[in-house]
Formats: sequence, C-alpha cells, structure tokens
Amino acid sequence: MANSFSKIRPTFFGGVLVVSFLVVITVGTLIAVVCRIEGFSGLTWNEWTAIRFTFFQSFVSAAISVLLAIPVSRAFFRQDFIGRNILITLLGAPFILPVIVAILGLILVFGSKGILSQLMGFSAFSIYGVHGVILAHVFFNLPLATRLLLQGWNSISSEQFRLGQSLSFSPLNFFMHLELPMLCRVVPGVFLIIFLICTTSFAVALTLGGGPKATTVELAIYQAFRFDFNLSRVAILSVIQLLMCGLIAVLSIWIAFPAHYEGGLDRVRPIATTGKILDFIFIACAAIFLILPLAMILIRGSGSLFLLPQSVMFSALRSILVSLAATGLATVMTLYLASLIVYYSKAYEIFGYLPIAASPLVLGTGLYIIFYNFIDPGKMALPSAIVINAIMCIPFSLRIITPAFKDLEDSFGRLADSLNLIGWSRFRWLIWPRLKGPIGFSAGLSAALSMGDLGVIVLFSNPNHSTLPMEIYRLMTAYRMDEAFGAALLLLVLSISLFWIFDKGGRKNAIT
Amino acid sequence: MKILLSVFFALVTVSVACAKPTLTVYAPDYFTSEWGPGPKIKQEFEKICDCDLLYISGDLMPRLMIEGKRTKADVVIGLNTDVTFKARKLGIFEAHKQDTSSLSIPIKWNDKIFLPFDWSHTAFIYDNTKLKNPPQSFDELLNSKDDIKIIIQDPRTSISGLALVLWVKSIYGSKSEEAFTKLASKVLTVTKGWSESYGMFTQGEADMVLSYTTSPAYHIIAENDKSKSAAIFSEGHYFFTELAAMTNSSKEPKLAKEFMSFILSDTFQRMIPTGNWSFPSNLARDKLPEEFINLPMPQKVLFYTEEDAQKYRDIVIQEWLTAFQK
Repeated sequence: MANSFSKIRPTFFGGVLVVSFLVVITVGTLIAVVCRIEGFSGLTWNEWTAIRFTFFQSFVSAAISVLLAIPVSRAFFRQDFIGRNILITLLGAPFILPVIVAILGLILVFGSKGILSQLMGFSAFSIYGVHGVILAHVFFNLPLATRLLLQGWNSISSEQFRLGQSLSFSPLNFFMHLELPMLCRVVPGVFLIIFLICTTSFAVALTLGGGPKATTVELAIYQAFRFDFNLSRVAILSVIQLLMCGLIAVLSIWIAFPAHYEGGLDRVRPIATTGKILDFIFIACAAIFLILPLAMILIRGSGSLFLLPQSVMFSALRSILVSLAATGLATVMTLYLASLIVYYSKAYEIFGYLPIAASPLVLGTGLYIIFYNFIDPGKMALPSAIVINAIMCIPFSLRIITPAFKDLEDSFGRLADSLNLIGWSRFRWLIWPRLKGPIGFSAGLSAALSMGDLGVIVLFSNPNHSTLPMEIYRLMTAYRMDEAFGAALLLLVLSISLFWIFDKGGRKNAIT
Repeated sequence: MKILLSVFFALVTVSVACAKPTLTVYAPDYFTSEWGPGPKIKQEFEKICDCDLLYISGDLMPRLMIEGKRTKADVVIGLNTDVTFKARKLGIFEAHKQDTSSLSIPIKWNDKIFLPFDWSHTAFIYDNTKLKNPPQSFDELLNSKDDIKIIIQDPRTSISGLALVLWVKSIYGSKSEEAFTKLASKVLTVTKGWSESYGMFTQGEADMVLSYTTSPAYHIIAENDKSKSAAIFSEGHYFFTELAAMTNSSKEPKLAKEFMSFILSDTFQRMIPTGNWSFPSNLARDKLPEEFINLPMPQKVLFYTEEDAQKYRDIVIQEWLTAFQK
C-alpha cells in the first residue's frame, strides 16, 4: 500500500505516536527500574526452575485452550439456536473475573469440598497440581480463544460456502479448502496471546499448582520486588520474561499463514445440516465447564449482594468510570496501531504485544520511580489505573481488530483509493461500518478487563479512591468473606453488562 | 472524562492545600480501609491535634526503599520485625522517645525506633465442629496419622508465610528441613497471601489454615460464631507484632511525635482489638473486650530479633522450598 503513503500520513503519525507510547511505558519503565540497580548476578537454580515451569505451563495451557476452542467455536459458527448470543456473552465471563474470585469459584466446583467431588463422590481427585494450573488457565482462556476463532470462522464469506455447496463439497473438502486455511491464519495469533497471558499468571498458578513447584517467573519478580526489594533481580527476570514472550511472538507471527478471502456480499450463511449432534455436545460441554464456577459465585454472593455498604457502591462507580476511560483510550490507540500494521508493515504488531509481556509490577514500579519526584502518587492512582488498564487491553483489541481491518482493506481498499476516500471520510464511510462488530467486541472486552483488574496499584493506591476489585481484597483481609463474595458478584454482573452493551452495540446493524 | 477527573483532583489538591498542617502517614492497605482501624484513628487523632491526618496506603517497604530519604511520610505504621532490619538500614527513622517499659506485650521491648501498636501469634485455625481432636503440638501435627489438610501462605510473597517458616525454625532449629518435609505432606496448597488462604478455609476446603491466634475473635464478636479456634501448640507460638516509626525528614516532627504518643494512648489502643483483630500493645488486660480475654493463648512465646530474622530468612525459605519441591 505504498501508493497510499501520502494520503494517510496523519494515520502514520498517530500510529507511530502509539508505538512510541507503548515502548516508553513498557521498556521505559523497565529502564527506570534498571537505573536503580546496584549489582548483577547470575540466575539461581530456583529461578531456572521458575522459567522452565512458566514456559511449560503456558505452552500446554495455550495449546489445550486453542485445541478445545476449535470444535467449540466451529459449533457456535455452524449452529443457530435460541440463546446463542447470550451464551456467547456469558462464555466470555471467566476471562474477565478478578483472579481471587475465579480461584474461589473454581474451588467451589473442583476443590476437595467442591460440588464435583460431592456429586461424584471421588474424593481421590485433587485439583492441586500442574493439572490444576492448566485447568484454571483453560477456564480463563478457552472463552477468549473461542471468541477469537469464532471471528475467524465469520471471516469466511457465505458465498464461499455456497460455492462449496454447489460443487458438492464433502465435509472434508470444506475443511481442507475453507476452514483449514482460516485456522492456519488465525490459530498462531490466538495461541500467542494465550501463551502470553499464561506467562504472567502467578496467584492462580501457585494456589492451584499446590505450592512452590508451580512457581512462575512473575512470582519470582513479585518476590524480588516486594520481599527482597532487589531491583536487579526484578530487572533481570523481567528481561527474561520479555525475551521469552518475544521469542514466541516472533515465531507465531512468522508461522501465521497469510490466507485471504475475497470479501462477500454479506448474505446469510447457510446453516450446517451435518454433525448437528456433535456440535451441540461441544457447546454443552464448554457451557457447563465455564458456567458452573460462575453459578457457584452467583449462589454464594447473592445473599449479601444487596447488603453491600455504600462505599462499595461508590467504588463500583469509580471502577466503571476508570473502565470506560480506559476503553476509550485503548480503542483509539488500537485503531491507530492497527492502521499502521495494515497500511505499512506487519512488523509493528510486535509492539502491540509488549504490554502483556511486561510485568505489571515492573510497569507500576517504573512509573512510580519516574513520577515520584514530580507528582503525589496518591493523586496518580486513578489516572495511572486508566493508562495502565488501557495499554494492557491493547494486545487483545489488536488481535480482534487487525485481522478484520486487513480483510476489509484487502477487499475494499483499492475501491476506496480510487474514490479518493481518505482520512476521516474513509474511517466514517468504510472502516467504521464494517469494523463496528470487532470494535464493539474489543471495546467490550477492554471495558470488562479494566473493571476486573486490580491495576498495578500496589504503589499508587489511595485509600479514598478505591476500585471495586480493591474493595473485594479489603473485605477479604477484614475477614468479611460473605460481603467479599457479594462484591465479587456485583463486579461479575457489571463486567458482563459492560461487555454485553459494547458487544451488542457493535453488532447492531453491523455488517460482520 | 479526563477533564472531569482533573477538575476533581484539582479540587482535592486545593482543599488539602488550604487546610491545617498535615500529618502524612504511610500505612498498609488493610489498615486504612473502611474495615480497618485507620479511619477511626484518623477521626480521634484529628480531634486532639488540630491537624489533618493523611493516609497514603499501599506496599510500605518497596515504597520506602524507592523513596529513601526523600520520603514524604511523617509516620510509617504497619511494619513488622521480620522486615525492620532493612527498614532501619535506610536511615530515615527518628527515635520515638516513648516509654516502652510497661507495654502489654509478651516480650521485652527496648527498640528506640520502632514502636509496637498491636500483637498476636501465628497459629493454625480450625473448625472445632469438624476437627474434634486438634493436634496439641507442632510435633503432633507433623507426625499425626490423621489426614489433616492445611492451607498456608508462601513465605516468598506473604508476611504471615514468612512468620510460619521462622516459627518452624525457632522450634526445630537445625532439624527444620526435616520438619518442612513432614509439613509438606499435610499442606493442601500454598497461596500468595493470607486472604486467598483464609477464603479457601472458610469455604471448607481445608481442615486448618495458617493465621493468627486472634482470628477466632472476629468470628465470635462479629459473627457470633464460636466454631473457629486456634490450635495451641505446646512448643510455643511465633510472636507477631506490628510497628510504627517516625521519619527524620518529617516537616511536622512535633505532630509526628504527638502521633507516636497517641499510639500508646488508651483511645488508640481500645480501637485495636475490634479494628485490627489483634491485641493492643499498651492496654491493661481488664480493658480488653471479654472475648479477647477468653481467647486461648500459648504458654510460650517464640521470637526472633530482627537481626536473627534477617540472618535466617533466606536460609529457611530455601529449606522450605527444597522440602516443598520434593
């Protein structure tokens, strides 16, 4: 698209601005931490074990999530039934739960006194161990993988299916000619993003892994930071984490198979007739696995939901505001970055993944070191929560928006160029109408994620400006477990609602 | 949105700027939260000091280490003896000049810098309706044939987890690694912090949880639930105290000193039992709530000075890791 270079220069500048911002925030904060280092030393054996375990569990969790998501998303794509959209929305919920709530939800189902062992009576089964870590990570990430793959299936236009039908394609033919190329294109990116999420997990890994055997690099960073306050360890470990993520990122972008589908005329796609029963079995299994822990939180929390103190309500309001601001920021930044990737070079994609590879702790510490001299960190609590949440959402938004953006430009770009449709009008008349769906979905996800994130705020917290996840932790540290569950339920409901509003808003009159 | 926020913050700044002198207190998040003792302490102190008390909450040690001598804190509250070695080395604290000869804590206290405001011991909490014969000693717990499952906190990420490994060290000395190996077989899982552990325990996930001897008081007083008890071990329990200190860079040294003596006053001390769910450090026993007086207490108290705690912590964490990774 070199010919459109002159036409979209503002976009280029915007994109470069976003890239520089991401680099400053992620790498800059790391440098700020590195500047405080007093000495270096090699890795200890414990840290090596942590690196090995992190790599192993992330790889397996990502692989299983993606493998399971393929039949589930295919089933959702092929079948239409009452409640399909609601189910798809609900399935997104595990991904946006705050960690501590998700752990308790999983334990209520799979724990030693959970409903599973009570129903089936097999007390020999224990969730704690490597399989527990993987189970939890699949619980978190299967929904995301399913949604992202579903988007992939939707990118195959209905004309191609009709063409296949008229050529009497067998299911195998359909798979080889239409579905496999799509999977080759989409799966590496989905795998990458889940791998990255799993690398930075640590409370889940530790708790469900049953102890220090399940130590991840992020835990080692936390320990070095909070307990030893050894910034050189923090820096070394963060660099290792970045390298590990970078390696996988480069691999997955390199492997991704560039498949392109001609744009269709947005006709209704034919409903599949074969394999209906199998499809519904996949949908049912995924739904039970994902919804059961949520249902337990609902049951556990509904008793105290309406007895929550006023301050919790205020913190919920604050969380919503933070979340909306972060969503706006994330969406704008993602669109600029996505244009950079689509119009200029795929290589820019790597910058979009920087935020998840960076440790939130390092981010927070770096920002603190940078800002401490200028501003009272207590006043920075909410603004920094907004900025950090926004950049943490970019990898996900980018994953959702870029492929659709690319398809759209491949299909309609030349037509738009010939009409001299550039700048704002190109966005208004071409990009927005056709990208509404993905933008809505990514905004919904960002909103929900920003609601649930504790937000790095260990250093920036301000007792009077707490967010809802912080209140949940505070209730728990004050022994008030019932109210904590009530607040968790409130958070769950709010997150899902925000997600649903954006997602639905995007799909309304949307073309894709 | 951003404009709204900046207006809001500007208002906050203005309102702070025109007011009386401000005492800045760094405190842990749980302390300043609405359910912690912080808000009431602020209210009572402001009645007598003609000043504003401003809490800054969050992780104390990382913050103090970053800020060093440039810290804005006048007073820091909520440190404990397992980390004070490092805090003292920062050289940012000033002697508190309070009389500590008659504190109501079970050990002698003559630290000139750090002043205890509450105390408790680490202990395992169990449900007395389910566990009828709790172990009477640490030994009995480690060697018991019963299938007792415990949830503990990670000493690498949690202060109570660190207290546990030091507790084991203070009982078993050179045989601590063997003790950890036995303990590992009883441990259901290890969590990052106290909240996750305690949450899982109250869900009925495990028989015992690592917490404090004063934890049952919460259930008795706030929930009228007498089913939670602390298992009292004959070897003794590890002493746990939280401390306050004033900084030498304080711009309000007089106020800071006033706050230090306020900490030892009856007003402050009476707020601790039901505010922080622990024993106050300077309150006559008969002024405690009845439920606290009746709590079963260990005969013997184990304690490492900060030098010893510093000396042992890395060794003992490594022993713990080795045993738990087997």
